[in-house]
Amino acid sequence: MSDVSLTVNGKRVSGSTEDRTLLVHFLREHLGLTGTHVGCDTSQCGACVVHVDGRAVKSCTMLAVQASGSSIVTIEGLADGAELHPVQAAFKEHHGLQCGFCTPGMIMAATDMIARHPQGLDEAIVRAELDGNICRCTGYHNIVKAILAASAAMSKGAKGKAKQAA
Amino acid sequence: MYSVNYHRASSVADAARLLKNGDAKLLSGGMTLIPAMKTRLAAPSDLVDVSRLKDLQGIKVSGKAVTIGAATTHYDVSTDEKLRKACPALAHMASLIGDPAVRYKGTIGGSIANNDPAADYPAALLALGATIVTNKREIAADKFFKGLFETALKDGEIVTAVSFTAPAKAAYQKFRNPASRYAIVGVFVTKGKDGVRAAVTGAGEDGVFRSKEIEAALAKNFDVAALGNLKVSAKGLMSDIHASADYRANLIAVMAKRAVAAANA
Ligand SMILES: Cc1cc2nc3c(=O)[nH]c(=O)nc-3n(C[C@H](O)[C@H](O)[C@H](O)COP(=O)(O)OP(=O)(O)OC[C@H]3O[C@@H](n4cnc5c(N)ncnc54)[C@H](O)[C@@H]3O)c2cc1C
Ligand code: FES
Ligand code: FES
Repeated sequence: MSDVSLTVNGKRVSGSTEDRTLLVHFLREHLGLTGTHVGCDTSQCGACVVHVDGRAVKSCTMLAVQASGSSIVTIEGLADGAELHPVQAAFKEHHGLQCGFCTPGMIMAATDMIARHPQGLDEAIVRAELDGNICRCTGYHNIVKAILAASAAMSKGAKGKAKQAA
Repeated sequence: MYSVNYHRASSVADAARLLKNGDAKLLSGGMTLIPAMKTRLAAPSDLVDVSRLKDLQGIKVSGKAVTIGAATTHYDVSTDEKLRKACPALAHMASLIGDPAVRYKGTIGGSIANNDPAADYPAALLALGATIVTNKREIAADKFFKGLFETALKDGEIVTAVSFTAPAKAAYQKFRNPASRYAIVGVFVTKGKDGVRAAVTGAGEDGVFRSKEIEAALAKNFDVAALGNLKVSAKGLMSDIHASADYRANLIAVMAKRAVAAANA
């Protein structure tokens, strides 16, 4: 057993857990944050993606104790109260989901992808960047559309803000 | 996963000491070891986490001399500006590993210590004629990669860095398995002051190897034309559900041509 302390979605949390506990199980079972999903046993599907210290990683392939001391953002931490994050809003608008199982991981991967490409995204980049996120329903088409729309909306927003600041 | 004791090492010396516990294993990015533990293919008694050690992180480039810390992630290798200037082929290779989430965690030290026969780094380091630095000694890449998942590392030995001289020309071409993202065949070619080296991953029954056929063909003329009649033998190549040995032999020639074209571009 080890003590694990994390900042999750801005709140300090701690608990004692077996060393073998995966981060995803700590989030879901100890903290009740069931938005992060488990879709495979092989580290390939991406349903479990969360941000650890600002990087989108697979929480099924990391021990909770390994993350101790880190700052974590899960799908529950994206919206600002009732207002959806632009990527969430774009998935809703463009119907970027069917059953929704892959969606939390898709959205956490998409926010990271958009942040890494401030110059903007195109379809080929989005599809390549989604290598680690598997969807069994949508055929990806509307997911790609939603991410492109969110990327465009967010860079417009950023430009708008920059203008205001100037 | 079986139960395990986790330790976060405070230094390389501390890690070496902790490794003496039971059947302890080093944990770096965990992108190979944790999946193996989840399926109970690996069951170490203790894990010694070296991923946060500052001494093992980062990339130093001074002229043509490049040193990469063992715990440097694939993402950091693929995006490092100095490395992209000194040896763009290696940065490009790192950008082809797995997927973005795997690249954020997986490390060069973990990849070469694991020496998966379809991993990318072993081909790169062999073709670059790199030196693998451990807490005990320095090992030439030619002596380091021993066979399937086998290296020259002794029990308790820790890879601390990898170093090489950036070659004048280099490129990597990979034919990926679309499901696993590992190489079905990957070829890394370099042309440096000691001549041409070509290393092949994904194909050999004994893991990564240097292709004498490609190196001989390119020795006099480092050009795609020199590979026009290249015939690669299927002897010693893997056959599995993904590809037969003959198919892999053909792919080696195709990837070698593409790599030389990219290196000359
Ligand atoms: C979905 C997926 C796709 C992938 N695709 C690819 C791919 O396309 N190409 C590819 O090359 N790889 C691929 N990988 C593997 C990935 O590159 C791993 O990062 C790498 O193989 C292991 O590095 P790690 O840092 O994660 O090591 P770990 O998993 O932490 O460790 C691996 C082994 O190395 C040992 N070790 C770790 N650090 C050291 C050290 N400093 N000294 C000595 N021994 C050490 C450990 O004890 C363990 O035995 C993929 C992995 C996943 C999950
Ligand atoms: S549950 Fe993490 S990659 Fe599938
Ligand atoms: S919407 Fe069902 S798995 Fe993606």
